[in-house]
Amino acid sequence: MVELVPSLLRQELAALAENDERIDGRGQWESRDITLETDCLYNAEGSAKVTWGETVIYAGVKFEIRTPWPDRPTQGSLMCGAELRPVAGRKYEPGPPSPESIELGRVVDRGIRESGCIDMDSLCIIPGEKVLGIMIDIHVLSDKGNIFDACALGAIAALRTAIVPAERFDIGEDYPLAVSMTPTMCSFTRVGGRYVLDASEEEELGGDERIHITLGDEGHLHSLQKGLKGTFTPAEFDEILQVAQRRCAELADLVNSKVE
Amino acid sequence: MGGYGDVQLLREDGLRLDGRRVDEMREVKIEAGILPAADGSAWVQHGLNVAVCAVYGPMEAHPRKIQRQDRAVIDVRYNMAPFSTSDRIRPGFNRRSREISKVTAESLESVVLVERYPRSKIRVEIEILAAEAGTRCVGITAAAVALADAGIPMRDLIVGVASGKIEDTVVLDLDKAEDNYGQADLPMGILPTTGEIAFLQMDGDLSVEEYNTCVEYNMKAAKEIHEIQIDALRRRYEEKNGGNA
Repeated sequence: MVELVPSLLRQELAALAENDERIDGRGQWESRDITLETDCLYNAEGSAKVTWGETVIYAGVKFEIRTPWPDRPTQGSLMCGAELRPVAGRKYEPGPPSPESIELGRVVDRGIRESGCIDMDSLCIIPGEKVLGIMIDIHVLSDKGNIFDACALGAIAALRTAIVPAERFDIGEDYPLAVSMTPTMCSFTRVGGRYVLDASEEEELGGDERIHITLGDEGHLHSLQKGLKGTFTPAEFDEILQVAQRRCAELADLVNSKVE
Repeated sequence: MGGYGDVQLLREDGLRLDGRRVDEMREVKIEAGILPAADGSAWVQHGLNVAVCAVYGPMEAHPRKIQRQDRAVIDVRYNMAPFSTSDRIRPGFNRRSREISKVTAESLESVVLVERYPRSKIRVEIEILAAEAGTRCVGITAAAVALADAGIPMRDLIVGVASGKIEDTVVLDLDKAEDNYGQADLPMGILPTTGEIAFLQMDGDLSVEEYNTCVEYNMKAAKEIHEIQIDALRRRYEEKNGGNA
């Protein structure tokens, strides 16, 4: 769908940025309200619903028994995928997975995988024969901006609440999946020439490049991604990284409060 | 239908495994207007099934070849989320979801006043988040509420309900076990005010008498679900009006 208003919107966003204002009245580093629900999908082994402002996503965890890769006979696997189906907004069309949805899934996947929060060796059942595969599927139902952070939050919350259905697989009693860390994502979008946290749909429409930062428990970086056209300076990155350190810790606390 | 009679589905006292009477449906909860990005939306929980529906439009119909000069086309996508069943489903369309989408679209075209919007398209996106038998019916019930929430004129709402047969007994609203091991399933889309039928499928084995009992049960359940649909829309309307319906 062709958007007819972005150039007018860009002017308005630039004028607002001059006065250190945002189109919905938020501060530069202020997020919208977030509601996190867990264990909300009956057939998923772990699940979460995130309402991030007006953005709504669900994440569900499923397990499967599979044969390990020949070069890693004792390691299970983790896969995270995101679907931007037409339900999510007017601009989304049916068809094969779009580059946008693939990027979304892969960025969320990297943040979780690279944090090392899942010990892949703990997913081994019989070395060389049987391992557990974890699949996190993210379903975006309403895109009103910043689906990346919402999806990353939903994915880790669903993972933290996941129960391995061992009885169904005939490998003992069901047990909670061990997740040793809570990586969370913070995304920044250049709007009116400067970065803001948690861009809304309008800010994304009239904004430029975006940067996604995933941090683990110690504030270590686990995944970075720059998307869309635009450049940034190291000084700009230093500033948003500091904001991300603070914000990611808050998001991890939110997940912990729902899980424990 | 699955293996006949090899699993006991009725208890000694005549009730079903989950304690329901033969003519009792699972609990239904509906919320309207839950997806801010959509023009209209609904969330329906029917037993353990959860369906969400978003409606977009009426909008320009493209590609152009799908346009109709005298009416709107309804573009339905019924999709099961990968985590909606006990074994994960590979994302994307399959033959089953394509067929359900097609017959659902045709049933919705029977209630929406499509002639009001020539050359346009109304998108109906049905997402099944949890599946436990009867999801096509839950999708139809959700679509009706989402269409109404989008302000699209219809001559009636439409309710999806199913009856079937287990152990030679007709029962309303099959659950997962009854669907898997039962003898017949008759899902219907019913216009609750007029009693007309806009959606019909069936598989299994039913005598004419059993069919008639199924229809009787479905009609009764449609009226009950209709009340829940109306209540959801009324609550939504009150919200929009700051409490003054």
